[in-house]
Amino acid sequence: MSDVEITTKKDWSSDQEVRWCPGCGDYSILTAVQMLMPDLGVNRENTVFVSGIGCAARFPYYMNTYGMHSIHGRAPAIATGLAMARPDLDVWVIGGDGDNLSIGGNHLIHALRRNINLTILMFNNQIYGLTKGQYSPTSEVGKVTKSTPFGSLDTPFNPLSVALGAEATFVARTHDMDRAHMIETFRRAHDHKGAAFVEIYQNCNVFNDGAFSDITGRANRESMLIPLRHGEPIRFGAEGSLCVTLSSQGHASIANVADVGEDAILVHDESRQDPDLAFTLSRLSRGPHEPTPIGVFRAVERPEYGSAVSEQLAAAQATKGPGDLDALLRSGATWDVA
Amino acid sequence: MADTAEHVHGQQVLDRVIIRFAGDSGDGMQLTGDRFTSASALFGNDLATLPVFPAEIRAPAGTLAGVSAFQVHISDHPITTPGDAPNVLVAMNPAALRSELHTLEPGGVVIVNTDAFEARNLAKAGYDSNPLEDDSLKAYTVYEVPMTSLTKEACADLDVKPRDAERSKNFFALGVISWMYTRPMEPTLEWIAGKFAGKPAVLAANTAAFKAGHAFGETAELFESTYQVRPATLEPGTYTSITGNTALAWGLVAASRQAELPLFLGSYPITPASDILHELSKHKNFGVRTLQAEDEIAGIGSALGAAFGGHLAVTTTSGPGVALKSETMGLAVSLELPLLVIDIQRGGPSTGLPTKTEAADLLMAMYGRHGESPMPIVAPRSPADCFDAAVEAARIALKYRTPVMLLSDGYLANSSEPWRLPDVSTLPDLRTTFATEPNHVDDEGNPEFWPYLRDPDTLARDWAIPGTPGLMHRIGGIEKQDGSGNISYDPANHQRMVDLRAAKVAGIAADIPEVAVEGDVDDAELLVLGWGSTWGAIDGAVDRARGQGLKVARAHLTHLNPFPSNLGDVLRRYPRVLVPEMNLGQLSLLVRAEFLVDARPLSKVRGEPFTAGEIEAAIREEISR
Repeated sequence: MSDVEITTKKDWSSDQEVRWCPGCGDYSILTAVQMLMPDLGVNRENTVFVSGIGCAARFPYYMNTYGMHSIHGRAPAIATGLAMARPDLDVWVIGGDGDNLSIGGNHLIHALRRNINLTILMFNNQIYGLTKGQYSPTSEVGKVTKSTPFGSLDTPFNPLSVALGAEATFVARTHDMDRAHMIETFRRAHDHKGAAFVEIYQNCNVFNDGAFSDITGRANRESMLIPLRHGEPIRFGAEGSLCVTLSSQGHASIANVADVGEDAILVHDESRQDPDLAFTLSRLSRGPHEPTPIGVFRAVERPEYGSAVSEQLAAAQATKGPGDLDALLRSGATWDVA
Repeated sequence: MADTAEHVHGQQVLDRVIIRFAGDSGDGMQLTGDRFTSASALFGNDLATLPVFPAEIRAPAGTLAGVSAFQVHISDHPITTPGDAPNVLVAMNPAALRSELHTLEPGGVVIVNTDAFEARNLAKAGYDSNPLEDDSLKAYTVYEVPMTSLTKEACADLDVKPRDAERSKNFFALGVISWMYTRPMEPTLEWIAGKFAGKPAVLAANTAAFKAGHAFGETAELFESTYQVRPATLEPGTYTSITGNTALAWGLVAASRQAELPLFLGSYPITPASDILHELSKHKNFGVRTLQAEDEIAGIGSALGAAFGGHLAVTTTSGPGVALKSETMGLAVSLELPLLVIDIQRGGPSTGLPTKTEAADLLMAMYGRHGESPMPIVAPRSPADCFDAAVEAARIALKYRTPVMLLSDGYLANSSEPWRLPDVSTLPDLRTTFATEPNHVDDEGNPEFWPYLRDPDTLARDWAIPGTPGLMHRIGGIEKQDGSGNISYDPANHQRMVDLRAAKVAGIAADIPEVAVEGDVDDAELLVLGWGSTWGAIDGAVDRARGQGLKVARAHLTHLNPFPSNLGDVLRRYPRVLVPEMNLGQLSLLVRAEFLVDARPLSKVRGEPFTAGEIEAAIREEISR
């Protein structure tokens, strides 16, 4: 696009002082987004960040774009109206695990199933940070927090399984310790037409420090993170010695390549219409203490909602002509009084 | 039978008549009433209607819970209510008779479908004996017509299934009443032909039933005479018959046209508001976008998102939905974005009476949000007035950058009246201005955009929509610095912003008409103050009371927040103030608090509108107090 301004990261940064706790994973996510924006071929005035409530939801204040810091859980609903009304805009939704999966769970799944053109970044830190440390809908069973002194009884959501169950057309996972992976994942999510859902493992160093260090710590990544690359066999570990295989029942499991042979390795296919494969990969790890896939789980095409709405409007205007208010008022039975 | 009657050529001429059609909810009584209304409208009568539905879609057939009724008042002079007591009750089964007879005027006419008065139906309706055979109806003029069997007979030679034939009995009843009240047959026959063009068997059965009913009236020698209600002398113009919900939907389309902004509706289905969603969903060629959202909160959330994007944004609901939307309304107040919240009030609390009317959401509209969160409130007074109220609500929202509450109710929503179509070229100009240039300079002299700089007259903030180069900004629900809109926790700033938001809404009083007083303006002993759908009944009651020599004035509020600037003076001018309301006294509470006047509520929460007679009696009692 020729009318796209040449910008730098600085141009996308607002003048507001960033106020997250020192050491918070949110900083690295913000940096990744701000670094990515100049490369996306879009202008700042056509970009909107919408958030709900929570630590992550402060994000829009730090972007030199249009933005709305709304209310708890409602960002996907507000963004749905904005994206429907203004298909010309790039609309991003920012929220945490409480915002998106607890109070706003309903809006999230409906935005995904409608395939609204949104890039949804869910910062998952498995804790409520802004309210100072209660368990979240992604916290592990048994989590001891201020509101669960005897351990939480709640089975957590698997965010990617939820998104896939809601028929999301783009589902990915990344983490706050790998800027390059975040940037690449966000780029793919942005370029996807329709609703793109990205779970970001994000460390809350105050209330849930180290929740992901078993898998995202530099020394652990090779053996604990399973990179998904479209069209490639799913391998990880030192020199790719480990892999993912599919059982005859369709369950994914981890094996030694040496044991199962190269032909048994599952080849990742993010474009399969059937979400089964992506779903089983989302179930591979029961939590961030086991080898966990990251990358794009699913990226399929389905009509994008806002465009479909615009097409219906255009079709109605083509067949009925542009609206004529006087004719509308006279569309029922009328009579004249002299 | 009515106020006046004269005989012309064997026909009695009436100045008005009130007919109530009642039957099982599967009997098609709403349709029957609607058709009679249309024929009367085209004939030139003034009219007002009152549909009464059960909450269940199909309650068990023949039970009291399943009775559906439709009251229509037609006249040769202007009228404003569906009438106090019907003159005629058409009862399609025992349950309808039992449930609706109490509404009938003393000595009124009852027309019953005798075929339905068999043991099983009588028992379901709770009758120990057949009322047609005992003395219980002797105070009324009863016409017994075997409608089901006559309808089946009329369809005997047609290729119609017995079930379809029986289901046409409502058109037989319509035929009888059309004959009695000398309605032209053509509009109904044409409507049947158009409506059932794709279902030849139904078309044939309904046509045959309607004609058979009409012929029965003419030949059966059962009825003493027919009646004529001559066309009313209405203001010259082109008229259509319109319900409140349709008028409201069209008013929103009109507002969008006048504002030159696309219309966006985010809504979740709820009785009695859903028809607005249905109607607007038809008009995509006007550029109307509708979203049937996943819940009430998403209904208003999506609308607020569209408003942020520069659309004329609306959410429609009823009381329970307003409760769910209140947090987002607070956000809209804080964001200072235009947004219409339309509440078609129904009986509450909770699910309450979903299909019945009430107007008990006024205090929720005023105060039902946390913090100091003022919203202007507009309330239509009649079905057709819903059009103007929608345009006015949009005007306020856009001019003052504020969410506006529109309070209609179930009665206005479903009732109809003739509406003299406005000249669309005379509708108000609602265009607003989006910011396109920076409005401020930073410390280093660079131009920038401050989203909370205000117009000094209206206090409306500058509104820049996404897509405008150079004016990127962030807004949110956290308190904002006056001017810059940046987050601010400064105590003095919060005080200032709360005061500004209140002053902005209060200032609208200078931009709305003063409340008009009618009747005995100079020497009334009593002022009747109303709001919303009580207008018609108050109008009738005050006219009657004055006709009997009482000194009464009336005033009606369209704007409930802020109040018209002269309201305090008006209230203090009269020794007594009576406020009829379909709640326990919410407006009277507000005016007592605001103006220190002894306004007394006249309360009715029976799920049905006031009759003029009820208000007339209260006027009399209040004056004699």
